[in-house]
Amino acid sequence: MRATEFSPSIPSRPVYGGLHPHGALPSLMLAEGAGGEALADLAQADPSVMRHAHLFYVPAGAATGPDLAVRLRALGPASYVEGPSYAALRPRFARALADAHMGTRLYLAGSEGLIGQAMAEALAAGLPLEAIDAEHRGGFARRVQCVHCKGITENVATDPFTCSHCGLNLFVRDHYSRRIGAFQGVCVDAETPGIVPEPQEIKP
Amino acid sequence: MTIRFNDETFRDDYSFRNSATAIRRFPFPFDKDDYMYSVNMEPHGTGGRAGSVFEKRFDVDEHYVAEMRDRAITLAGDPLRCQSLPHMELAGWDLLELIMQCKAEDYPDLFQLHRDGDRWHWINRPLGIEQRFTFLDPTTLPCGPMEYITRQAQGDFAVLDQRENNLWMDAGMVTSQADWSLDFDIGMNFFEWHAPVPKAAEMGIFQRALKFLLAIPQGAPSRRLNWTMTVNPRLDTSPENYHLWGPEKRTITPENVGAKQYLRVELQSFWRLPRSNALAFPIRCYLIALEDLVTVPKWARRLHRVIRDLPDELAEYKGFAVNRPIIIDYLAQFDDGKPTSPGIFPDD
Amino acid sequence: MTSLMLRVAEAESLTPLVKRFRFEHPRGESLPLFSGGAHVVVEMPDGDVLRRNAYSLISDPQDGSGYEIAVRREDGGRGGSRFMHARVRPGDLLRISLPLNLFALDLRARKHVLIAGGIGITPFVAQVRQLLRMQLPFELHYGARSRDEAAGLRLLPDVPHIHFHISDESNRMDLGAFLSAQPLGTHVYTCGPEGLINAVAQTGARLGWPKTALHSEVFQAPPPGRPFEVVLARSGRTIEVGAHQSLLEALEAAEVEIDWSCRGGACGRCETRVVSCHGRIEHHDHWLSEDEQSAQTRIMPCVSRFRGESLIIDR
Repeated sequence: MRATEFSPSIPSRPVYGGLHPHGALPSLMLAEGAGGEALADLAQADPSVMRHAHLFYVPAGAATGPDLAVRLRALGPASYVEGPSYAALRPRFARALADAHMGTRLYLAGSEGLIGQAMAEALAAGLPLEAIDAEHRGGFARRVQCVHCKGITENVATDPFTCSHCGLNLFVRDHYSRRIGAFQGVCVDAETPGIVPEPQEIKP
Repeated sequence: MTIRFNDETFRDDYSFRNSATAIRRFPFPFDKDDYMYSVNMEPHGTGGRAGSVFEKRFDVDEHYVAEMRDRAITLAGDPLRCQSLPHMELAGWDLLELIMQCKAEDYPDLFQLHRDGDRWHWINRPLGIEQRFTFLDPTTLPCGPMEYITRQAQGDFAVLDQRENNLWMDAGMVTSQADWSLDFDIGMNFFEWHAPVPKAAEMGIFQRALKFLLAIPQGAPSRRLNWTMTVNPRLDTSPENYHLWGPEKRTITPENVGAKQYLRVELQSFWRLPRSNALAFPIRCYLIALEDLVTVPKWARRLHRVIRDLPDELAEYKGFAVNRPIIIDYLAQFDDGKPTSPGIFPDD
Repeated sequence: MTSLMLRVAEAESLTPLVKRFRFEHPRGESLPLFSGGAHVVVEMPDGDVLRRNAYSLISDPQDGSGYEIAVRREDGGRGGSRFMHARVRPGDLLRISLPLNLFALDLRARKHVLIAGGIGITPFVAQVRQLLRMQLPFELHYGARSRDEAAGLRLLPDVPHIHFHISDESNRMDLGAFLSAQPLGTHVYTCGPEGLINAVAQTGARLGWPKTALHSEVFQAPPPGRPFEVVLARSGRTIEVGAHQSLLEALEAAEVEIDWSCRGGACGRCETRVVSCHGRIEHHDHWLSEDEQSAQTRIMPCVSRFRGESLIIDR
């Protein structure tokens, strides 16, 4: 599976430029599911990236399975940490950010939700945006914040959808907050309660 | 000069009213018979046209007390309408100083500021506030400096950090916005927070506007007018509460359009702040019912032509496309086709 | 132009080459405060010529009782610093612009690393006062050839995170060490000769620092060059720009109304539309984008020059 190409959108919608090797600089790598392949591709392009890399992997999804985890470990990163979900890995990832110094690169690969959350964590820790490479792999489901109740719904696959917190019918805007790591969801039937368009699958 | 402050509301029974004086001094935003985005900046500061909303640096009018009451209600329900990222506290003090100083100088009968080094004493007569505090010590105020002063100043306030040749929406008090969320947009740069505006990016207008704003020096503030339409004199037209006020937008009929449909004008000004090098961006909101606006014949003719000829996507973005036909029909009866004079002020 | 007529209150030699000047309001009024890294433009009426030079403020940004600058005498320069050294005396009145900051601290930074070479110490003198007042973590590395050249020695407080590097005393700056093991969110600021700024940029790039964390200010006077002619579209007049004159100065000498602020190609105030250009604009500014520069449709008259057949500008 290749990196996703998204259709053109507004300037706040994130674009993922893909992973490019920055040599043997100290780095943090975080991937989920098929994103692990992007890290493997990166190491193939320049094996030296692994020398000072602390690699975090969430082997989500049966399609990628344990094989990819074994391959990633075999790439020889300076350290390798695996977790069942990003939420579970987050404390160790946050600690690695706290220990990092300027000059550290961050490589992120996986769904938009994973990239968004990990990027928000890294930016809050002081890592400059320009030190982050990200590559989208996997499904197109979005992480969306309800502008009304502020609750975040993960893995939103259709537009409109029902907010998992307050139950309002929300349409998904392309407007995106890096600080929150989520798209904006706004009530679709605010002016005409009950008149909700047929949900469409979200496409890249 | 003494102002009589209205006892009025911006929600529920909507008892907001403009006096005859308020109508005459309304900042009508169109200087000609058509409209397109433009940077349209002009100098702001002391010595603006007498009697107009441009006369003082921070205009105080008959709605002051009621607007501050409405802001307090909004904040009580949603404290996230006022936020400041940690590095913006110094800019908050800059803003507090700017507003206190301007108000005390421009309205000495309403506001007083006594400074003895960092020991400050602030008196706000209309709101009945008297506060002694230590400048730059936030623990001597009931809340952060930006929140403190913007609970006492009409209009929304964005405080923009300047870095990387860009401006960043890093602090604000936003309770009367035209449909944008500070909580969502905080931390975004100029291009990101304007991203949802149609067409403007491709016109390069934001590039030019940003360059102008980055170069605003101390002591030379600028201003521009922006506008939209709102049903009912509602300040809190936030996306947060859209599901609550949205149904009101569909209540316009040919019979009630004059009374219920309001032109909403933002007087935006831009101030370089001294200690923080941040840019203060007050967004003052003025509301006028169409039936009041048409009492000025020039405005009635011109608003009809502007609304009639506006590109569809702008009406859509500004959120009044659904009511546009009724608005145009209503305004058409006041447009006899005669030419209008240049500029925004009434003819007589 | 927002400016003030101020009285010279003090003029003192800090080193044989560097003089400190203090300006106060003639009626003792308080001056607008500023942020560390801000500069003012000083107007110097020198016979028929009105010179305007930008100088960083070195006084406490929170102290409105006066503005202070430090001026290094550049004997090979265009004459502004010689005028300040030879002619300006306490009691004189000079027109000073309000402060403008094109080299501000990034207040989000977890730590600030300041690197100064020679007279490039000046913006940091005010920034250090601001950082100390705000209790923000920082370190300053200040390099100079000799103690005689190091005017900053007398302007900086004695605190452990300010380090002096005097070449004569074999205590050179080790940029690699300064840029290693700094916490995430550190910002680096460099001011001094172009060689130092380039060296910090190269070291930063080697160690993986993003450009947005590396700030610099070159103290740029308008570069001299060959004389050239410019046609003013609005009046049809042709004006001559001398070898040691900037286009902005030539416009001012011809009494053409033009806004300006930094006079160093950074603030954008004097940006001018080019009506037609047959030849090559020598862009020396940091304001126009690369695309704008190569399009040759805009020029920054404060620093940029022209070579070729004809240049018509919208003035």
